[in-house]
Amino acid sequence: MEWNFKDGLPIYSQIIDQMSMRIASKAYELGEKLPSVRDMAMDAGVNPNTMQRALGELERQGLLFTERTSGRYITREEEVLKELHRKLAMEYIEELFEKLEAIGMTDEEIKETVNDWQKEEK
Amino acid sequence: MGIIECKGLTKDYGRVRALDGIDLTLEKGQIVGLLGPNGSGKTTLIKLANGLLQPSGGTITIDGYAPGVESKAAVAYLPDREFLPEQMSVDALFKMYGDFFTDFNQEKAEKMLQSLNIKRDVPVKKLSKGTREKVQLILIMARDAKVYLLDEPIAGVDPAARDYILRTIISNYCADAVVMISTHLIADIESVLDDVVFIKAGKIVLHEPADQIREEKGKSIDGLFREVFRC
Repeated sequence: MEWNFKDGLPIYSQIIDQMSMRIASKAYELGEKLPSVRDMAMDAGVNPNTMQRALGELERQGLLFTERTSGRYITREEEVLKELHRKLAMEYIEELFEKLEAIGMTDEEIKETVNDWQKEEK
Repeated sequence: MGIIECKGLTKDYGRVRALDGIDLTLEKGQIVGLLGPNGSGKTTLIKLANGLLQPSGGTITIDGYAPGVESKAAVAYLPDREFLPEQMSVDALFKMYGDFFTDFNQEKAEKMLQSLNIKRDVPVKKLSKGTREKVQLILIMARDAKVYLLDEPIAGVDPAARDYILRTIISNYCADAVVMISTHLIADIESVLDDVVFIKAGKIVLHEPADQIREEKGKSIDGLFREVFRC
């Protein structure tokens, strides 16, 4: 799994996004133990404080949890994963609509096109 | 109180003012980038912090001490040029550093060295430039210091060596120490930084968390640097 950071966006939020994607795509299994903050920071080539802060936020969102003595884990709950999928889908759809509305398409036209696309693909 | 504190810090070389009344507080647990073009005063500030230069005005303290015996015991300094005695072998250097600095951590040094595959019994002059730079860095980072001053640690090394150096800095992160990295190769190190200090013609023009800059300005530190220091 490669980390990939873009210019002009906080590293912190990019870690959150990329970790969310990894969790959503099951690149990490549910309940899997994460490496230490230091090792993850080294792997990503980022500041350990930044990594710590990002993982803290993911924990606040419920995607990670900490076992007091043994470290940090990916959530064990299918429900959380489903919710994450829904959230990511909403973001992608919003982006899709924003882009297509920007070129002047109406909601109806967009939905129609999505249907057409689906038919053609299948 | 910060682990490094400058108040009105000024340094003149004859008629040239290299540092002009700098106020700067750096907290422990941070990796700070001291960024500025050539001749902006980066090396002067670092040399004042480790007592190689005396201020012309103002004060600088390290962990509460003015530069001197106590502060030097707490500061690990990587100069911006090669400083290893050419004839000494890596093993001999390790021994010398162990004798010299009570905080030199042999175990830590050993661990960093192992991953490198270096000949340890030949004079360092026979090693490649990149390898010598890595050995220098290991000698500095292996100390359990409170302040690490790294002057241009990645200048003139290949990208793989650069990655090794950055990983070494990250892996030695310690919540009780501050690491100050001076460089003009910003793109390579910006993801490693907590705080960014821009220095321009002897004055500090910006001191902010790196992620805050990315968030507020919507550009990389490198991009902002190019804007602030446009020639």
